[in-house]
Amino acid sequence: MVEARAPTYLDRQRLRTAWLFLAPALLLLLAVAAWPLARTIWFGFTDAFLGDLSAAAFIGLENYLVRYDERWYGLLADPQWWRAVRNTLLFTVVSVTLETVLGVTIALVLNAEFPGRAWVRAAVLVPWAIPTIVSAKMWSWMLNDQFGIVNHALISIGALSQPLAWTAEPGLAMASVILVDVWKTTPFVTLLALAALQLVPKSCYEAAKLDGAGPVRTFFSITLPIVRPALMVAVVFRALDALRVFDVIYVLTSNSVDTMSMSIFARQQLVDFQDMGYGSAAATLLFFIVALAVSVLLTAGRVRLADRGVLR
Amino acid sequence: MQVIGTVLRICILSALLAGGQAGAATIAISCGALGQELEVCRDGVRAWERRTGHTVQLVSTPNSSSERLALYQQLLAARAPDIDVFQIDVVWPGILANHFLDLTPYARESATRHFPAVVENNTVDGRLVAIPWFTDAPMLYYRTDLLRKYSEPVPETWRELTRIAQRIQNAERAAGNDRLWGFVWQGRAYEGLTCVALDWIASHGGGTVVEPDGTISIRNPRAAKALTLAAGWVGTISPRGVLNHAEEESRGVFQSGNALFMRNWSYAWPLVNGEGSPVRGRVGVAALPAGEGGSSAATLGGWQLAVSRYSRHPELAADLVMHLTGRAEQKRRAIVGAYNPTIPELYRDDEVIRANPFYETLLGTFLNAVPRPSTVTGVRYNRVSSAFWSATHAVIAGQSDAETALRSLERNLMRLSRGGKW
Repeated sequence: MVEARAPTYLDRQRLRTAWLFLAPALLLLLAVAAWPLARTIWFGFTDAFLGDLSAAAFIGLENYLVRYDERWYGLLADPQWWRAVRNTLLFTVVSVTLETVLGVTIALVLNAEFPGRAWVRAAVLVPWAIPTIVSAKMWSWMLNDQFGIVNHALISIGALSQPLAWTAEPGLAMASVILVDVWKTTPFVTLLALAALQLVPKSCYEAAKLDGAGPVRTFFSITLPIVRPALMVAVVFRALDALRVFDVIYVLTSNSVDTMSMSIFARQQLVDFQDMGYGSAAATLLFFIVALAVSVLLTAGRVRLADRGVLR
Repeated sequence: MQVIGTVLRICILSALLAGGQAGAATIAISCGALGQELEVCRDGVRAWERRTGHTVQLVSTPNSSSERLALYQQLLAARAPDIDVFQIDVVWPGILANHFLDLTPYARESATRHFPAVVENNTVDGRLVAIPWFTDAPMLYYRTDLLRKYSEPVPETWRELTRIAQRIQNAERAAGNDRLWGFVWQGRAYEGLTCVALDWIASHGGGTVVEPDGTISIRNPRAAKALTLAAGWVGTISPRGVLNHAEEESRGVFQSGNALFMRNWSYAWPLVNGEGSPVRGRVGVAALPAGEGGSSAATLGGWQLAVSRYSRHPELAADLVMHLTGRAEQKRRAIVGAYNPTIPELYRDDEVIRANPFYETLLGTFLNAVPRPSTVTGVRYNRVSSAFWSATHAVIAGQSDAETALRSLERNLMRLSRGGKW
């Protein structure tokens, strides 16, 4: 520990230099993050129209909630918005859970010694390297009900008797979207988990072996606690991504209400309907929901992002 | 939003690369790319290039008209000069009028040569914001060989279509043709479904969702009957996949020989009869069937050309529009691509009729096509259409019955219009 003492001239100079070096980054952040965010929040309180932003007038909370003719209107009373919130939460919980379980499993396999391991490790990363638009379009053709290869394969092995409309059937569309997302982002979790696994000292495993612990016990008592901090970072990153999901869903099912996420809802209001005010209100709520979810995750998971042991 | 961001960036980048030449200017035009649309557009543009010495750059846009509009709205709201000439849908003049030039001085008397109804549709507050390029109406495509094999007539009512489709589908499947479907159409939740559902409802005498005087008419028993009938097709004579089919997906199924009937626009005619098409020479077209207590109805489609107010070369762009919408070019497009002219006299032209024999019988369909309620709903049309296609999609996907869906649609439209006062 550093002893508490009065700041010297040298300390003050170091502090000034630090601010000087930080200033460009802070200015950049203000320009590209804080300013657009503030503008979006402001537009959420106006009746702005995308075709002509200069005519925007302040309307208070009307975009959020307003009582008119004995009925509630506004985002908080809009069933389609709440549907989008539910869809997004379902998508996030299921896809992130699957990605974590699969990611850790694959990482454990790749951590073992076997011939050609380097090749397999590189191959696992391929889905992550493909742009989402490309992979989602590729999947939408593979999942096509009439000429898609997925139906063809499942019918040839006898798993299906009739082709399924994977992206059209209301009950299947969300599952298809999650499938594609899991395919694409599991490598990300694998990568982080693998990096963490390689930090586990061999001596721990040797000690466990001497104490007679089986593989399951070893995993839960040694491996998991050691990789947990890194894994939590992966989960937080994935959850952040999943809560603002747009591309994979939009390419597969466009504006369909069955799979509409919060981002797609906001885009539809902003762009398709040109309703800058309502769309900005939705974008603002989306921002707060994401912020809330992340703080809950960080607190519950006791993740310290600044911990030097995590982001090594 | 990343998709559109990327597209915007590509547009801007390509405009930067293309610009900067003195003398010969570069005009960018957005052409649709449905079927052979882009190639036909390119050929027409080349002729203008040869005549004037300027270059034209073709920007291809998304096939889904809903997405195309979204892209246009972003470009135009940003006042981007990247695209000079826009190909716009018949329902868009009201939404985009403020961004386009008044073409009256360039069109002069030639405007009177087009169908008056379309010219009127393109005139917003006295400004002619777009010149008609081609008109469109959906038709019923059928397989002549299959109808002959089972000695069935071309259906004149939806009920008859249902019966024939079911019978032939069952018989063909029993005979081993197990991928055959009775009827394919566009059921994805997008603007196309608004057109499809309007065909059904108008042909049952169920109105046009919002009437020209602003009355919200959609909640009526005839409309409910039409939607219920269509919901019954999904999974029986139409694959469940139609719920996510747009135009090209339908044509894919029909052209590969796997459907008896198809509802599609006229662009599909030269393609299903093209070289290499498995159904070449075995396809006929007819007017869409009539509903019970109604008569055949087809939703008015078609595309116009408009010049952006933010264009750097407005005169040249307008000249290109006049060339492309002129009589000679419309005739060429009708012959090679079945793009229906907006100049009535071309429907009596022998060469045009030889390429499109259905023009003689279907001219009435084109002339009496039912317009979508875009004029009365103005800038809110997009929301009306989206609410309508969402309600329709819920019914055909089996998530809601027609009465419930139409009741909530009516409430939705009342709220949008503040009680029918558009």
